[in-house]
Amino acid sequence: MTDSKYFTTTKKGEIFELKAELNSDKKEKKKEAVKKVIASMTVGKDVSALFPDVVNCMQTDNLELKKLVYLYLMNYAKSQPDMAIMAVNTFVKDCEDPNPLIRALAVRTMGCIRVDKITEYLWEPLRKCLKDEDPYVRKTAAVCVAKLHDINAQLVEDQGFLDTLKDLISDSNPMVVANAVAALSEIAESHPSSNLLDLNPQSINKLLTALNECTEWGQIFILDCLANYMPKDDREAQSICERVTPRLSHANSAVVLSAVKVLMKFMEMLSKDLDYYGTLLKKLAPPLVTLLSAEPELQYVALRNINLIVQKRPEILKHEMKVFFVKYNDPIYVKLEKLDIMIRLASQANIAQVLAELKEYATEVDVDFVRKAVRAIGRCAIKVEQSAERCVSTLLDLIQTKVNYVVQEAIVVIKDIFRKYPNKYESVIATLCENLDSLDEPEARAAMIWIVGEYAERIDNADELLESFLEGFHDESTQVQLQLLTAIVKLFLKKPTETQELVQQVLSLATQDSDNPDLRDRGYIYWRLLSTDPVAAKEVVLAEKPLISEETDLIEPTLLDELICYIGTLASVYHKPPSAFVEGGRGVVHKSLPPRTASSESAESPETAPTGAPPGEQPDVIPAQGDLLGDLLNLDLGPPVSGPPLATSSVQMGAVDLLGGGLDSLIGGTNFVAPPTAAVPANLGAPIGSGLSDLFDLTSGVGTLSGSYVAPKAVWLPAMKAKGLEISGTFTRQVGSISMDLQLTNKALQVMTDFAIQFNRNSFGLAPAAPLQVHAPLSPNQTVEISLPLSTVGSVMKMEPLNNLQVAVKNNIDVFYFSTLYPLHILFVEDGKMDRQMFLATWKDIPNENEAQFQIRDCPLNAEAASSKLQSSNIFTVAKRNVEGQDMLYQSLKLTNGIWVLAELRIQPGNPSCTLSLKCRAPEVSQHVYQAYETILKN
Amino acid sequence: MIGGLFIYNHKGEVLISRVYRDDIGSRQAADSAVSSSSGPFPGERLGGSMRRNAVDAFRVNVIHARQQVRSPVTNIARTSFFHVKRSNIWLAAVTKQNVNAAMVFEFLYKMCDVMAAYFGKISEENIKNNFVLIYELLDEILDFGYPQNSETGALKTFITQQGIKSQTKEEQSQITSQVTGQIGWRREGIKYRRNELFLDVLESVNLLMSPQGQVLSAHVSGRVVMKSYLSGMPECKFGMNDKIVIEKQGKGTADETSKSGKQSIAIDDCTFHQCVRLSKFDSERSISFIPPDGEFELMRYRTTKDIILPFRVIPLVREVGRTKLEVKVVIKSNFKPSLLAQKIEVRIPTPLNTSGVQVICMKGKAKYKASENAIVWKIKRMAGMKESQISAEIELLPTNDKKKWARPPISMNFEVPFAPSGLKVRYLKVFEPKLNYSDHDVIKWVRYIGRSGIYETRC
Repeated sequence: MTDSKYFTTTKKGEIFELKAELNSDKKEKKKEAVKKVIASMTVGKDVSALFPDVVNCMQTDNLELKKLVYLYLMNYAKSQPDMAIMAVNTFVKDCEDPNPLIRALAVRTMGCIRVDKITEYLWEPLRKCLKDEDPYVRKTAAVCVAKLHDINAQLVEDQGFLDTLKDLISDSNPMVVANAVAALSEIAESHPSSNLLDLNPQSINKLLTALNECTEWGQIFILDCLANYMPKDDREAQSICERVTPRLSHANSAVVLSAVKVLMKFMEMLSKDLDYYGTLLKKLAPPLVTLLSAEPELQYVALRNINLIVQKRPEILKHEMKVFFVKYNDPIYVKLEKLDIMIRLASQANIAQVLAELKEYATEVDVDFVRKAVRAIGRCAIKVEQSAERCVSTLLDLIQTKVNYVVQEAIVVIKDIFRKYPNKYESVIATLCENLDSLDEPEARAAMIWIVGEYAERIDNADELLESFLEGFHDESTQVQLQLLTAIVKLFLKKPTETQELVQQVLSLATQDSDNPDLRDRGYIYWRLLSTDPVAAKEVVLAEKPLISEETDLIEPTLLDELICYIGTLASVYHKPPSAFVEGGRGVVHKSLPPRTASSESAESPETAPTGAPPGEQPDVIPAQGDLLGDLLNLDLGPPVSGPPLATSSVQMGAVDLLGGGLDSLIGGTNFVAPPTAAVPANLGAPIGSGLSDLFDLTSGVGTLSGSYVAPKAVWLPAMKAKGLEISGTFTRQVGSISMDLQLTNKALQVMTDFAIQFNRNSFGLAPAAPLQVHAPLSPNQTVEISLPLSTVGSVMKMEPLNNLQVAVKNNIDVFYFSTLYPLHILFVEDGKMDRQMFLATWKDIPNENEAQFQIRDCPLNAEAASSKLQSSNIFTVAKRNVEGQDMLYQSLKLTNGIWVLAELRIQPGNPSCTLSLKCRAPEVSQHVYQAYETILKN
Repeated sequence: MIGGLFIYNHKGEVLISRVYRDDIGSRQAADSAVSSSSGPFPGERLGGSMRRNAVDAFRVNVIHARQQVRSPVTNIARTSFFHVKRSNIWLAAVTKQNVNAAMVFEFLYKMCDVMAAYFGKISEENIKNNFVLIYELLDEILDFGYPQNSETGALKTFITQQGIKSQTKEEQSQITSQVTGQIGWRREGIKYRRNELFLDVLESVNLLMSPQGQVLSAHVSGRVVMKSYLSGMPECKFGMNDKIVIEKQGKGTADETSKSGKQSIAIDDCTFHQCVRLSKFDSERSISFIPPDGEFELMRYRTTKDIILPFRVIPLVREVGRTKLEVKVVIKSNFKPSLLAQKIEVRIPTPLNTSGVQVICMKGKAKYKASENAIVWKIKRMAGMKESQISAEIELLPTNDKKKWARPPISMNFEVPFAPSGLKVRYLKVFEPKLNYSDHDVIKWVRYIGRSGIYETRC
């Protein structure tokens, strides 16, 4: 006999026919009729009109028929609440039935009839069932409490059901325990404040015992509940972990993932030094890998979770790269997730393998997958510096395939590579430009335009390229329009003469013909900037940009920590907190990882991967000023107040000086008017000293003649930034020793004492050689001059710019930070003279790409004068030649850290400009050596 | 927890619909339907708004979606749908809460297993024929969205298509204690005249090899399936050549370690049927259990070290101009010459614009199947340490499609009578203290079958 026939009755008047059948005397016919009703209900027909007739069939000893009637009731009771009452008597009677299966069935079904009137009759039978002798009835009753709570929470609390439910946690039957835990957890979720699941070591122990004995589903309920517990110390955490780890071998993936959740959470509390911690880490990897041989849907859930785990604790799976390689037949959702994890696991050790795989994927069929693979290559380049070159060449290979979406995706990622490694891979720009016409996606077009604008000075026809985009300006998407506007302004600032017209055109397109407010605003900003102060425009538009880093696509640490608490659940699949997709108050309780114990904190912090870092810390590539300065004095300070001290600081301080009148003491009340030349230095890295001395030639006499050139003192720390302490200073080098000449002025009303100074690590290891000695307390309006001897044996860290020095000064009031640029010539040592042969050999030996050429303007000195002037600053002339009327000086100098710099200075008599060529094995110093030259020669 | 469960046919018609929670569909709509129940067809409005919403949303957005399925979890209007597909039947679990996603999928698989155990293949026909039974099962194994005991062995004792009419009191309490008991998977009082058990070690060996013959990834995923016909409540202990166990035992007798040390295998990870005492495995690494009656999967395991790769595929693809491809594939068998591999099938993908194929093979039969875009080469049997070869010329239609052919990997299927991981069953001991049969009286059978999983060589 088959049941499918019930689905086929579609004729009219069937309701009446059914009615007749339901009221038939024959049992068989009745049952047939109820089946037909249920079938109609399933396919969506309305059979609610039959309610009384169906309910009449309820009184039967045939369990199958009874279940069918119950099913009907659950569906329609709500629409016929008055008639549903008719069923109550039967329910109450069934709850007393000698057969436990029927008792359970009755209490289960009653809970599903969501009619207020019925619930009144429910609580008495439910109370009995919760204490039933049969565990099957008890476990059903436990869930029924949750059902009832969902309908009428107040009633459940008033009737004391919650206490009975709590008692069931100590039941002898593990399945009863599991269902009680599930019901309590659900009720607790809607009452975040209540202490319903009052978990304590005793109840935890009971749960752990039940864990070994109950069904797979029960184990999940218990583990999910355990994850909410907060052990009181690391020892308790460890003992729970020990009892949970065997679950990692369960055949049910959900049991495994829930166990992983408990372990990941409690691991937070364990010290990293513990042997057990290492053991636990090792135990976690194999089960996670095993999850990948489950069915694809579960693989997907597992992969989404592994993605989180890898970010939280990269060490767990760092050796398991291969299992994430994509299989040809994997469903697309598995493929995309595996790709994501591959990138997260990519490191110098496995990058070759990863790249080979990614290249393979980039030739697959699925467009989304191919795009993601191409993007992944770019992300590898950004993540693993050593592989950048290989990644770029792989991308170029892919561009050669000419597959349109591959090319576009490749261009988008190459843009990001440029942003990470500026000035390194411009050679590929030509290849990119070849594909200009095939770009039809906004993102790719915008990326290409950005590249052209950024490197406009190296692309001969940059103006033509950008002009070609400009033709269809109004048809472009906003993204492209904005990018085009910026790129053309950049181009104009770099090549002002040829592109005047172009920039006019784009500005008027953006401001006059567009109705997009963003575009118009940006257009106006550029326009006004360019028309009022082109130099400022240059500083703004062409400012050095912070590098991007791979952390940009990591999940934000606080969210990550929260999601770790939701391993295995939907939240971990969506990578969103439950509040983002759950309606109402339910499940919105914010969860967080247990705080680390104090003992483990110190062990933890230095090794944690970026993801584990405390929230708020910025990635290394863009160092947060506060952090760097913070370790200067090893003091725990409040939020650092200092602004960015890098290239912009000189500009900023200059401005402050003007306002605060800090310069007055220096130039003796000269009425300060910014001379037009002040706007000229496009060179932001110029030391302050040199910049100022340019302006105030009259003060040049301050420099001592016996030693190297000394710039006049400049204000480093204005009083208004340092609670009244003003510091100005300069650097000197005299007979082999470097010192920092400081002038401290107390502009506050309070006496200052207890001075101390410390430097941050810097490029050349400059450090105070003696403590800062201020003999007497500094009273208000008093000034002291101190010469602080410096050594070059401090710890070294490359700074940007190279000659940046970050300083902390402490006094009885506070700690203050400032940064300054020191002229490089204070580092030129006395034995910097190279012998001629050596000079020749070294000059040839250093590759030509290390040569840098500079123009020194307005320097009307002859060769001898220049030579002697330079010699006093330890730049030694090795040889001198006269070629075609020009004087060529070959010079050498040595830095404190042993770097040799070779120079060729070409002086043309009668021409105020001279040309300086520098060759050095460390080309990054050239720029600063040039500045030193300029400073020395002009003073 | 799970708010509702629906089963659809391939057209998106609902075959089974069971709603556990009101929040599925729009709650406000449902409430307002109740409050205004004075209308002419209150029931219809209720049924229409509450249930149909979710049901239709899934049909429209997933089953009828034009695009290939992008995720097994879909969120539509703050309602999450989990789905699995079995042939052309869709099973969807629906929820509005932050449920345990892994559990929902495990449950859906389990649901499929239970249905298959009751009525065989999951097809529209079978589901329609058994819809009453399915509702009965759903009522039992999912209560308010919480999965309950879903072991078929236990379920079959009290959910039958005939319905249970009269049970004695003892029978009833036996059922309930089994369903809720610690050994929910076995009932008491089983009796066999002949105590017998079968062990199958079933392995699938997976390989991804580069064209140059470098192993990119290889692993064996194995299963130990046991079929037991044993009386009473037998206590079993299973032993295999697990490296950790052997090394532990070998500590006493160094001699034995050297003998068996080579034959032991390193197991990366294993998982067990819920009858196995996990804490005992964790502490002593011994596998002890009381088995369910009949067939069940005792354990799953995974190995990656020292895998015997039964076949090696050596591809050679040459593009001759734009309209011709020459393919030569050599397969070599790599196991004892006395063993025979069976059901060997090599699948060589061909480009979409193939117009004709000529094949010559030394052994077996090869055919070009245009509908599958592949040359399928079948060999019935092949002994170990042999080699065979196929060569094919593929004619291509000229196309202006710029996109290069992606060259999918060459895949292989086979079956060999040994375990590629090297796993060996050392013993399976049976103790039944209450009944008078001993380990020696049990007839035991062991069989090893190695099959290809995803066995691919890139070309």
